[in-house]
Amino acid sequence: MSDTRPDPDELLEQLRDDEARAARGRLRIYFGSSAGVGKTYAMLAAGCRLKAGGMDVLAGVVETHGRIETAAQLQGLEVLPPAQLNARGRTLPEFDLDGALKRRPALILVDELAHSNVAGSRHPKRWQDVEELLDAGIDVYTTLNVQHLESLNDVVGGITGIRVHETLPDTFFDRADEVVLVDTPAEELLERLKAGKVYLPAQAERAASNFFRKGNLMALRELALRRTADRVEDDVQAYRVDESIAPVWKTEAALLCCIGPRDDDHVVRSAARLAQQLAVSWHAVYVETPALQRLDNVRRERILQTVKLAGELGATTAVLTSQDVPAALVEHARHHNLSKLLMGHNQARGWWQRETLGRRLATLAPEFDLIEVGAGQRREAVAGPPADRSAPASALAPRARTGYLWAAAACGLTTLVAMPLQPIFDLANIVMLFLLAVVGVAVRFGRGPAVLAAFLNVAAFDFFFVPPHLSFAVSDVQYLLTFAVMLVVGLVTGQLTAGLRFQARVATYREGRSRALFEFARELSSVLLAPQCVEIAERAIGREFHARAQVFVLDLQERLRMPLSATADATLDIGTAQWALDHAEAAGLGTDTLPGSAWLYLPLKAPMRARGVLALQPEQARLLLVPEQRQQLETFALLTAIALERVHYVEVAQQATLQIESERLRNSLLSALSHDLRTPLAALYGLADTLVASTPPLPPQPREIAQALATEVRRLNAMVNNLLDMARLQSGVVQLRRDWLPIEEVVGSALQSVAAVLTSHHVHTALPHDLPLVNFDAVLIERVLANLLENAAKYTPPDSALTIAARVTGTDLQVSVSDDGPGIPAGREEALFEKFARGERESATAGVGLGLAICRAIVQAHGGRIWAESAGHAAPRPGARLCFTLPLGEPPLMPAPEETEDAAASALR
Amino acid sequence: MSEPRPTVVVVEDEPQIRRFVRAALEAEHCQVFEAATLKQGLVEAGTRRPDLVILDLGLPDGDGVDYLRDLRAWSQVAVIVLSARIDEADKIAALDAGADDYLTKPFGVGELLARVRVALRRGQRASEPGEARYSFGEVTVDFTARRVERAGAVVHLTPIEYRLLGVLIANAGRVLTHRALLREVWGPAHAERTHYLRVYMGQLRQKLEADPAQPRRILTETGVGYRLLAD
Repeated sequence: MSDTRPDPDELLEQLRDDEARAARGRLRIYFGSSAGVGKTYAMLAAGCRLKAGGMDVLAGVVETHGRIETAAQLQGLEVLPPAQLNARGRTLPEFDLDGALKRRPALILVDELAHSNVAGSRHPKRWQDVEELLDAGIDVYTTLNVQHLESLNDVVGGITGIRVHETLPDTFFDRADEVVLVDTPAEELLERLKAGKVYLPAQAERAASNFFRKGNLMALRELALRRTADRVEDDVQAYRVDESIAPVWKTEAALLCCIGPRDDDHVVRSAARLAQQLAVSWHAVYVETPALQRLDNVRRERILQTVKLAGELGATTAVLTSQDVPAALVEHARHHNLSKLLMGHNQARGWWQRETLGRRLATLAPEFDLIEVGAGQRREAVAGPPADRSAPASALAPRARTGYLWAAAACGLTTLVAMPLQPIFDLANIVMLFLLAVVGVAVRFGRGPAVLAAFLNVAAFDFFFVPPHLSFAVSDVQYLLTFAVMLVVGLVTGQLTAGLRFQARVATYREGRSRALFEFARELSSVLLAPQCVEIAERAIGREFHARAQVFVLDLQERLRMPLSATADATLDIGTAQWALDHAEAAGLGTDTLPGSAWLYLPLKAPMRARGVLALQPEQARLLLVPEQRQQLETFALLTAIALERVHYVEVAQQATLQIESERLRNSLLSALSHDLRTPLAALYGLADTLVASTPPLPPQPREIAQALATEVRRLNAMVNNLLDMARLQSGVVQLRRDWLPIEEVVGSALQSVAAVLTSHHVHTALPHDLPLVNFDAVLIERVLANLLENAAKYTPPDSALTIAARVTGTDLQVSVSDDGPGIPAGREEALFEKFARGERESATAGVGLGLAICRAIVQAHGGRIWAESAGHAAPRPGARLCFTLPLGEPPLMPAPEETEDAAASALR
Repeated sequence: MSEPRPTVVVVEDEPQIRRFVRAALEAEHCQVFEAATLKQGLVEAGTRRPDLVILDLGLPDGDGVDYLRDLRAWSQVAVIVLSARIDEADKIAALDAGADDYLTKPFGVGELLARVRVALRRGQRASEPGEARYSFGEVTVDFTARRVERAGAVVHLTPIEYRLLGVLIANAGRVLTHRALLREVWGPAHAERTHYLRVYMGQLRQKLEADPAQPRRILTETGVGYRLLAD
């Protein structure tokens, strides 16, 4: 049984996916083997059908390429006018993403998914526009040719000899909700081509004649069919998981693509295809050794582009730094549970290494499957353009030249020093001196000068010391061995020393980076104010990355604020910063979003939420592509974000402390006031009452005076209560003690508490028996009811009828107190609830008019509302009705109803 | 005056309040001893063997609730609490610590004497054996037959309703806090389920009161608990 039960984790994930999918728009891709198969036509036909069915369909961008049938389909659809973008002095039409988002159709048709946008658009690629449309909840229909798929790009290139540059990441294709294959047999396509039904731009005519060959078309068709079949299989698999048709073997991440310094995109694409066929997720790593860090920037950049491509093809990517490539790979693979390692078979192998990387991996971790893939076709691309390579070399030249001069000088010096020693020491020892010089040059000036020194020293030794002197000729053949050994030892020590020196330098850099981080963290750790934090971050990041740095922070309204120091800088764009913040992704320079910008915008992501955006304008943009720099930058951003968050919470805590302090003060003041006022009132009232009830009874007049005294004290007490209550409610000190109880109970106790003032009124209650329990503070709501009743008694003549009613309206319980008195003056209904307001301005009726204001404060604290209206009786006495609501909420579980005692007893019998 | 005069100790720091309370109690033929501090109050309660203690909760030299706990350690004397505060939590704490009743300042002589009479009567009855029958208003309860009648007609109660009524009758005149009632009727594990109590109390009123929305006998002490008004 248990094996047919779906994995709960998987189900949960699926639920989450479903949720996310429901909010997102749905993507359908019309997929075809080549141009001319009729994708656009099929897409438009579907759009028209849906439009006829009443759906809001918009044609976002459609290329009819002058085909009549296609243009006819477009007739019936609303077409989004293209945006006109200025690029290099020309105005070019482009899909208007903002217009589409603003228009918000239910479905939008976007042709040519792999299209590259005109420079200056928000995203470099159209599929990124589509992604944003989907995120906004808009359904998208689009078209795609098989050769534009990233992972098939090189295969198609191999078949047709034409390489397309507009590509689409496979992940995007695989995430599409539906893929519709539009298929036309090769023969028919060729016929259509002959009939001129297939669009061919003039400049592509020549290439196209090669492209549209029967063999090519058949191969492309096979590719398209296969790719669709793979997807369908995935769908079937997903369906089986969804529907729990069979126990499904859970696939783990299983493939690791090892990118070597000499690999091109081919390895990555092969890995992507393999991963897709095996239906596993995959990782791609590049292990950078100190030797590889020495590569010139162009080659490093190219390798990093390959890593980036792997990311686009769906891999989890990493750049590892290690001395030992196989060990780093094995550790990564074991850590991520990857059992298949894929690499190009042109992996680096140094002349000193006996074994290839594959062999070493096999020895190190025999449990892994190793897959080697062949070289790609673009071997020429591996070597960078010579012009680029010379650039760093010439920059290094002055320093190198002095190194070589010093090497020559060292040789001369050694010769001079050794000259006088010649009679004293053996020649074997003189050799040692020359070797020492080589080591010295290697330590100081690196490999090149060391090599020169080695050769020069051998030459000098031969010329000056080996007989015959002052000649390169050698009398004794055994010296040839000496020269050879001397040269080899010189070269090897020079090489090793230079390597050590390089590693020391790398270590120094690394230490420098750590120290910069450490200092930055230490500076930030003592910060207590956000502006301070921003200033430190801008200064430190600017210094570390040779860039201008600006930090956008959130203001109190949680909106991004332009940095104060940058208001004059027109190139800094708050809109881009906002985008980076909202999407929690980097934007601007070197990213997928607005890559043309001069600034790089990094969201400052702290553990709780993003706290702002870091904008960076580096002096050299490509510095940011270096992985260590990028990592370093991200660490700086993280530190800044954490510091900002800490500062934020410091502020929150300070405010809370202040609030608690002032609340405590207010509370103690109020309770002292309440005690000090009430104690003399209690004495006064009690004493007056004692006089009234004294034995023997007082004569009538003093007795009446005592009675009046008692009444007035009672009123004074009521006023003091009202004032104190109002003060408490206003200051927010009052905490509701909510309970679930029937409203009936407080109606009863309220009537009881105001019974004294209601003696001359007739009170009715209209409370249905099935009223639900409501969650409220009984004391406060009793206060509301008592105030409303007192109010009604005060403003109505004796013998008036008062009615308390309650009923459920929607999600509220509505309670009302109505009378049949003179009613409320028109237009005063709202003013009644204001402080110190009274029904009539010039009235002899007692009270300061706080009662209803208190009622409103209490009801609002419960999340209800209170209002006054006419009771709607006949004209002279229309009556007033004061109503308030309490939210019903979810009442707690009640005990099961019981039977009455005797029924239970009879059941027992 | 064959009956012995009841003895009352008044613990209150405000002399004017002591004064009128004494006057009212003496008019009721009580012997009154005054104490201005809790310490003195404890001494008075120990030496005078009072029938009733009237205790102000807001005394300057300590917490009235602590006084109650000390007192309850050796005496079951009736206690009425005076509270100047409007905070129900103080009243509940006092009642849970053993007070029988409370009065909120300012209060009239009439209110005071009504409470005093109930408390004194309870004190006397506590020494007598429980009666088999109990009546209040139109309602008569026959404990031996487990029969409840209202105006002569038999009223059918559920077991819980009957237990609830029993607890109210046993403490007639006293204020019972929600917590105390829940503990007595449902057991200590249910002390927080006040909504149970509220629903059953509502049902009991439906069955025993003429107008359940304006009860005459089973009274609500809002925010504190319930009280059965004895005849």
